[in-house]
Amino acid sequence: MTLGSKERTGARAVMEVLLAEGVELVFGYPGGAVLPLYDELARTPIRHVLVRQEQNAVHAASGYARTSGKTGVCLATSGPGATNLVTGIASAYMDSVPVVIFTGQVPTRMVGSDAFQETDITGITIPITKHNYLVKDVEELPRIAKEAFYIASTGRPGPVLIDIPKDVALALCRASLPERVELRGYKPTYQGHPGQLRALARLLGEAERPLIFAGGGVLASRAEDYLRQLAEKLQVPVVTSLTGLGAFPEDNPLALGMVGLHGKPCANHALMECDLLVGLGVRFDDRVTGALEKFAPRARIAHLDIDPAEIGKNVRVDLPLVGDISCILQELLPLVAPASHGPWLQRIKELRNLYPLTYGRGGEVRPQWVMERLGEMTRGQAIIATDVGQHQMWAALYYGYTEPRSFVSSCGLGTMGYGLPAAAGAALARRDKQVWLITGDGSFQMSMAELGTAMEQGLPLKILLFNNQSLAMVRQLQHFYYDRQYTAIEFTGNPDFVRLAECYGAEGLRITRQEEVVPVLARAMGNDRLTLIECVISPEEMVYPMVPEGAGLDEMLLPE
Amino acid sequence: MKRTLSVLVENRPGVLTRVAGLFSRRGYNIDSLAVGRTENPSISRMTIVVDGDEQIIEQVGKQLNKLIDVIKISDITDDPYVGRELILIKVNAEPAVRGEIMQIVDIFRARIVDIARNSLIIEATGDADKIDAIENSLRPFGIREVVRTGKIAMLRGAKTRGMEASGNDTGE
Repeated sequence: MTLGSKERTGARAVMEVLLAEGVELVFGYPGGAVLPLYDELARTPIRHVLVRQEQNAVHAASGYARTSGKTGVCLATSGPGATNLVTGIASAYMDSVPVVIFTGQVPTRMVGSDAFQETDITGITIPITKHNYLVKDVEELPRIAKEAFYIASTGRPGPVLIDIPKDVALALCRASLPERVELRGYKPTYQGHPGQLRALARLLGEAERPLIFAGGGVLASRAEDYLRQLAEKLQVPVVTSLTGLGAFPEDNPLALGMVGLHGKPCANHALMECDLLVGLGVRFDDRVTGALEKFAPRARIAHLDIDPAEIGKNVRVDLPLVGDISCILQELLPLVAPASHGPWLQRIKELRNLYPLTYGRGGEVRPQWVMERLGEMTRGQAIIATDVGQHQMWAALYYGYTEPRSFVSSCGLGTMGYGLPAAAGAALARRDKQVWLITGDGSFQMSMAELGTAMEQGLPLKILLFNNQSLAMVRQLQHFYYDRQYTAIEFTGNPDFVRLAECYGAEGLRITRQEEVVPVLARAMGNDRLTLIECVISPEEMVYPMVPEGAGLDEMLLPE
Repeated sequence: MKRTLSVLVENRPGVLTRVAGLFSRRGYNIDSLAVGRTENPSISRMTIVVDGDEQIIEQVGKQLNKLIDVIKISDITDDPYVGRELILIKVNAEPAVRGEIMQIVDIFRARIVDIARNSLIIEATGDADKIDAIENSLRPFGIREVVRTGKIAMLRGAKTRGMEASGNDTGE
């Protein structure tokens, strides 16, 4: 796309960048200061999705980005519009999701005067964006907008915000779109250091009990095929982080599932017994490691990540390797010889038998059992979006992810209310997939107004809402750490969720007994409407396994 | 352990906020920070003295490198370099003690840059030890006010830490 130096407004120049970047969809909410951008957006074929609150625009863009592999785009106005974005931006930042956010700002001459709907959004978002800009000169706008997309989507992805004062958006701009992005301060390392690669191959060759720990970086660099080839060639079992679910198919015999505070028992035990741990695109978050001094006590640790700052940040690393996971694994594969690791895989089999994932059987509806049925009925092929709480862990443990980019959740920040808008974004990105939202009554009420957005957009979302009329993950914490003094966790004013769905024009269904589970799930799967299933469960349910504070991963609490 | 980092950054508004914010957010201790334009008007140099163990210093460098506006970071602590601070000291100086103060100023090769009826302003440059020493020597006279810059530093010899030795330190 060559545009020469023809004069057009800054707002129009932004649209040229969006079109050049292949943007099809923008999530946003208008307001006074951003209207110049909206006015030009309306003249493009780009579709605008009007959300119900700005935070949800970022969540939706995040769900869209995570399932499509493209960069999500948001638009909001100055002041409250911009500050409402903050939780969404922080969520995207923690999970390294590429999102570009445009905010309107008061006119340049008023910046700094505490004008109506003025806020210093670039100042506010410095710690939660990969980079941000306040555009003061319209001639810089084409370059900045192009840079923003480049920065958001390359290296370790993340959110980038551009704050555009109203007069800058309206000013005439001569500058054309630059051909290339030139940033002397930003040069991500993609290729792994050859010496370190050989050292890693040597470590893998020497290890008797190797274990791969795969995270979101595998998905971000689209390395899932190379990961599978490596695991199979060397017969190395694989655990994943919450963010890494789907990076390695859980129906593969080498898959051990999620590791960590609520990780699968055999995954956690394997991590404590391995003699080589290869972290791929992970950041050794505290929800994974448990007590750091007890983490992987027998293992040498190799850490592969595109962000050098992650290496050595939390755990001691014996072999650091900076680069893109895809590039590294591609180069590593020919350097390693096939192996069988028979005794280790035998031990893994024992661990699976010794420490199965269990939840006991009760008469009432068990959410774990429901998630297992959903996994079977969708054959692990749906996209699962979740909110944050107990249901998130059940969705992580019991569904069985077989495809990359099929799990969408606020993993790092743990943002309640993420689920519904993210599911909507996923559904807009992947029309070919059924999208399920797994949520709880607490999280759902933080963003349930987005039902309106989903209906407007004609999205046939399937919402499975576990209703225990309480904040049961908080209850679980109070149970274990606050002497069972349950405070501020009970909801006595919940709406009738089935009727809530119906009053939006969606289908509402309810599960109160176990025999209703399969038929109701089947009914929801079989229709093409937005369907909300309220599944009534006990507030006394717990998420197990659970590693208590200060304990090692092999000191899990398990159900009685 | 104190380390001296020489950091090249884009000469743009907001860069200092990004750098200072990073330090406070991640709990790193800045001893001093001095910033100014370089021979290239589009680039500024920050000289940052930071206190921390090896792991913290490594993290400081890596996190700074993640800022898009940070072009290059060099830890020059172990290289031969000239390090300077500037201090302005307003000291009580009754006519009776002025001679004594002027002797101290001479010894430290400092300068008197302002004289009032009962006080002097003294300007001195040097490394941190010398600056501390002159301040201590003048304390008995009664120091009214001190203004002190952070350290700025430059490698000795023909070697530079400019753009020509470029490339981010992104190795392992």
